[in-house]
Amino acid sequence: MAVPEEIMQGFEKPSWYQRLTVLDWGWALLVLVSTGYAYSRYQSFMDGYEIGILIGSGLSLVLMGWYWKPFRLYSIAVAVLSLLAISIYGTDLQIGEQNFFLKYILSSQSAIMWMSALFVLATVTYFGALFSGNDFVGRVASAMTWSAAVMGMVGLMVRWRESYLIDHEIGHIPVSNLYEVFILFSLITGLMYLFYEARYKSRALGGFVLLVISAAVAFLLWYAFDRGAHEIQPLVPALQSYWMKIHVPANFVGYGAFALAAMVGVVYLIRLRGERRNPVGFAATRLPSTAQLDDLMYKSIALGFAFFTIATVLGAMWAAEAWGGYWSWDPKETWALIVWLNYAAWLHMRFTKGWRGAPMAWWAVIGLFITLFAFLGVNMFLSGLHSYGQL
Amino acid sequence: MATQSEQRPPKGKGFSAHLTQFLGSMNLAISLLVALGIASVIGTVLKQNEAFSNYIIKFGPFWHEIFMALGLYDVYIASWFLFILVFLMISTSVCVLRNSPLMLRDMRHFRLNVQEKSLRAFHHVQEESFEEAPDEVMQRARDLMKGQGFRVREKKAEGHSLLVGMRGGWSRLGYVFTHVGIIVILIGGTLDSKIPVRVAQMMGQVVAEHRDIPANEVPDKSRLTADNPSFRGNVNIPEGKSANIVFLGLDDGYLVQSLPFEVTVKDFRVEHYATGQPKSFESDLVLRDLETDEVIEQTIAVNHPLVYENFAIYQASFGDGGTKLDLNLWSLNPELDRPLTMTGSVFKDYVVESQVYGPMNLEITDFRLFNIEPVVNSEGQTEQKNIGPSFNFKLRNEAGIAKEYTNYMNPVDQGGRFFYISGVRDSPSEQFRYLNIPQDREGGLKRFMTYLAYLHDEARVGQIAREATIQAAVGAQMSQEVQDQISQTMQRLIMLFAQGGYDAILDDVSRNMPEDKQEAAAEAFIKVLHSGTQAVYLHMLKDLEVGEPDERDWQFYDDAISAVSVLPYYGSPYYLKLDGFEHIQASGLQITRSPGKDVVYFGSFLLIIGVFMMFYIAHQRFWVWITPMDQGSHVLFAGTSNRNPLDFDTLFTRLNKALFGSLNKSA
Repeated sequence: MAVPEEIMQGFEKPSWYQRLTVLDWGWALLVLVSTGYAYSRYQSFMDGYEIGILIGSGLSLVLMGWYWKPFRLYSIAVAVLSLLAISIYGTDLQIGEQNFFLKYILSSQSAIMWMSALFVLATVTYFGALFSGNDFVGRVASAMTWSAAVMGMVGLMVRWRESYLIDHEIGHIPVSNLYEVFILFSLITGLMYLFYEARYKSRALGGFVLLVISAAVAFLLWYAFDRGAHEIQPLVPALQSYWMKIHVPANFVGYGAFALAAMVGVVYLIRLRGERRNPVGFAATRLPSTAQLDDLMYKSIALGFAFFTIATVLGAMWAAEAWGGYWSWDPKETWALIVWLNYAAWLHMRFTKGWRGAPMAWWAVIGLFITLFAFLGVNMFLSGLHSYGQL
Repeated sequence: MATQSEQRPPKGKGFSAHLTQFLGSMNLAISLLVALGIASVIGTVLKQNEAFSNYIIKFGPFWHEIFMALGLYDVYIASWFLFILVFLMISTSVCVLRNSPLMLRDMRHFRLNVQEKSLRAFHHVQEESFEEAPDEVMQRARDLMKGQGFRVREKKAEGHSLLVGMRGGWSRLGYVFTHVGIIVILIGGTLDSKIPVRVAQMMGQVVAEHRDIPANEVPDKSRLTADNPSFRGNVNIPEGKSANIVFLGLDDGYLVQSLPFEVTVKDFRVEHYATGQPKSFESDLVLRDLETDEVIEQTIAVNHPLVYENFAIYQASFGDGGTKLDLNLWSLNPELDRPLTMTGSVFKDYVVESQVYGPMNLEITDFRLFNIEPVVNSEGQTEQKNIGPSFNFKLRNEAGIAKEYTNYMNPVDQGGRFFYISGVRDSPSEQFRYLNIPQDREGGLKRFMTYLAYLHDEARVGQIAREATIQAAVGAQMSQEVQDQISQTMQRLIMLFAQGGYDAILDDVSRNMPEDKQEAAAEAFIKVLHSGTQAVYLHMLKDLEVGEPDERDWQFYDDAISAVSVLPYYGSPYYLKLDGFEHIQASGLQITRSPGKDVVYFGSFLLIIGVFMMFYIAHQRFWVWITPMDQGSHVLFAGTSNRNPLDFDTLFTRLNKALFGSLNKSA
């Protein structure tokens, strides 16, 4: 008898490379050609480690694009806008003040302001979509979040170039102080949320997750306008290392994931309360199911924990090179350990004791405060070797 | 997955079983994780390894004793902290030892001996009867599982046949890797820790040295030999000098660690960005192995250490390396002490003779080439500006009491007037109080010092006072007697002022006048004093052949009087003016030997690999239990996964549909 096509699919699972389409290979080719071009153009400025990081970034970008298809369009948008800005700049930083596109859209400072505005608007719009139940409004919110993530990344890319335009010796990757990493935090958290939004086909979490990002944006704006933190500063000798290029981003994947988990925890608690009070009410019907929230909370903590582990190990290796020891019980190191221990305990509870539900959600929320202290509090209240970006 | 660790110990087993049970329990492990986290906080809140004197000032002697006894000043090496770590290590080890065999077996185990009954109890299970014969069903199931990348085992038994598909067993290995990784990291950390030194210290074999003495005079009890496998120490080496030791901090003192090589700092450089911030710190090093005489030359910088065998040399800091200073000692009591010139070096001590203070020990402590300070510019705005070199020194009298000074080489602009500035304080906890000596027209100290000498010259002051009184008497009706009285008072007041400032005059008033007349008398005395000091100043200007004094000269006079009035509190017989210097820097090197480093990295590698295996590989099993029937077969399809239940729901539904959908249901 004839077996339906869809059933036969279950029998033969093609290996992962067989499932790649022409588009996927086109993507790989595009990224590799671009990487090759970057290599040929800048190889004389890079040491062996940096060349390694370049190749690693290229490969990661290919894999990311294969694993999460919309990321390709995102990368291309970032690349096109960044390259446009860089080409308008040429070699003269002053053009940023004269050219319309740079001054109002694409110079790093403008792009970051666009990111800030879009994230805040998206937060409001997501809540609007949640309360109105209008799908179109939800799609607008997603589009805003995507655009914010694009503008944030463009801002960082252009800022990288601008730092070299100020002076060749000042140029450096923009992950060197609190201002720059807050941008990184906002856009990584935003992207991670967008990934899960597509995965779970639900926009109900958007407003909640973007609340954290909006808070980060508020800090960013205060930091820029009140403290002038947006000025590009030269690197202190301890930061002049290729390690910064991998240690900092890895850390912020961790921080972003922990922030995402905490906000999912908040939604979990709201939903639980809604179910208890009014099982047919708004919270109990519009928000994702507790099973789904629980799953997402676990997944983001697992992802955060994995990257935070990598980041801490990379940090230790950098410390061994810069400060003479991989572990000095410096306040930042110690707080990184505390964060790590906290989530290790969380994961143990879930794996071995099978803990679920409200306690774990509360714990994820508290975890964000511990993380926040490690990320921000240490710089504000404690001094140490790791005091870059003081408030 | 470690639910196995929650198994109760078999009944009738003794103490050791209970102990193992306790050590390997998850409750203990989590309590330890939390305890370690909380304990770690202490060391970040309380600044570690400061001088004990600072702690006493901060907390008072009572709390200082308690904090010290609890080891809070070096928490991470305190015995109770190590106890938590050791406990965590034991707990983790027991867990790994007990669970790993189970995990490794489970990883490869297909569970062919499962009971039909227990499969039915699974969360993921479906059953149905089909027309196909058992062999046909088995064939379909095999194709399905293999097509999905499962490894397959089959069993034919009486009354049923069973197929098991399994994948992701590596997930279980994740458990082993992460936990072994942690143990390996802890072992590596122990290898590099201060524990051996602490043990030796407790046994009295090692004693921390507290005196400030040359390294070669440090007794053997405070020395560690070159074969010490692990250390992390610091040494400052002046340019052109060498060292084959480093200092290790211990409690409030230090130990001397010998090295099997000698390091020479040929040159040390600080480079700056155009904005003035430091861009790089670099040292040109020559390393000579003391045994093989092998020589290595390398430039190190922050982030670029020199690695030699298992030693690493880091650019950690920099400081003065004994800069040579040309000093001009202007006497502040010109009648008694003669001015001196000398050359001195930073970190050296000298004896300075003084009639007033007795012999004093001059200890030059530091030299700084740049001093970036907030300076008020001519537009009234404060800006960061380099005000040039300065040096620090202490002057210690015979009783051993010292004052600390900081003198700037160049006159500093203060609202358009230039001053030579010297700060003084009695202890490091105080702020510096500043003496500002006005710079004269020739750019030096000569006019001020001459004026000071005039003020101290009793005979000359008497002469000037008489002349001034006579001048004032012209026009006024004043008897000779009154004139004498006034000129004598003037002379006495000037001498009092020169020796003790305004306070000496006020003292004099309060001693010799009835209380109700003191205020009026003080006012009158100050007037007399000022007319006297002005007269002395004018007299001196004439002697120096300066023409009619202008506004600037009078400004100088005011500033000079201010300076003279605070001189009695300056506490030094001399003003040390820096005329020239030869800058010699020292490079601060950190030298480490860290045998545990690679162990820790290996452990970290295991940990990372393990974490990813654990989170991102799911150990999945599917069972297809086939019972033959008269026509066709009854099929039971069940599955489990140790991760991601939601994703597994989808997978189970899909595979179930694929298998059952390819078969024909029996009527």
